[in-house]
Amino acid sequence: MEPTPDTIAYMIAGYTVFAVVMAIYLASLAVRFRRLRRDLSLLDGIETK
Amino acid sequence: MKPQPLVLKILNIVSALLLAGAFAMAMWYAPVEKVMGAVQKVFYFHVAVAWVGMLGFLAAAVAGIIYLRTRDLKWDIVEVAAVEISLVFFLIAIALGSIWARPAWGTYWTWEPRLTTAAILEMIYIALLLLRQSLEEPEKRARFSAVYTLVGSISVPITFLSIRFSRTIHPVVIGPGGSADTGMMPEMLATMFVSLAVFSVIFVTLFWHRIRLGQMAEKVEQARLKAMQ
Repeated sequence: MEPTPDTIAYMIAGYTVFAVVMAIYLASLAVRFRRLRRDLSLLDGIETK
Repeated sequence: MKPQPLVLKILNIVSALLLAGAFAMAMWYAPVEKVMGAVQKVFYFHVAVAWVGMLGFLAAAVAGIIYLRTRDLKWDIVEVAAVEISLVFFLIAIALGSIWARPAWGTYWTWEPRLTTAAILEMIYIALLLLRQSLEEPEKRARFSAVYTLVGSISVPITFLSIRFSRTIHPVVIGPGGSADTGMMPEMLATMFVSLAVFSVIFVTLFWHRIRLGQMAEKVEQARLKAMQ
């Protein structure tokens, strides 16, 4: 019977890719929310003037 | 913009906890597969994100149909939200599949039917987001998107069924004759189904946030038009 191959580095790479892509997407959501909030308060300010 | 609803705040925490739980199950509950070794553990997240991503693309098509019937722009926001999150999930699925393929097939990429159709599917929806940028009129953009997602959704069943109707090295997991039916140990099967459920919850959470983002963008657009008048 053949021994189980050592593929742990690929497993770590896989979960790292998952974490990085998810982190980038969550950060992009947060950045877009922040920009829109800023734009909205700016536009509200113009309107009240 | 209203603050996050309590249910969404709870979903944020639940999603994070469930993700940690699914990861722990994949690492310590599911046994190491003897032929492939530890890399097989990426399979649980790979299948889950691919499956949920495909359902998301179909959900976008449904939102597109509802938009075409109602002409209500809120369905355009829902549609784009579903497409964007599905794209992220599907990108992860392709990347994890590639990493798994290197030790299993000896290459990161091969132009076999599943990988080819998956790549085409991803590109179809990336193209949608790019093409939307070129359309300024909201109604025209929404109508174009709705028709595009409807036509584009044909690629979802093609991708799903590509490994059943053609000779391929990609394993069949879900459906009749799949490894979920035959060769998997109960612990592996449980981990796969838990991952599917967990990523469904994560999808719903992200979907809600992305819809809120779309609504906020709409509000900013309205305020901008008002300020210009």
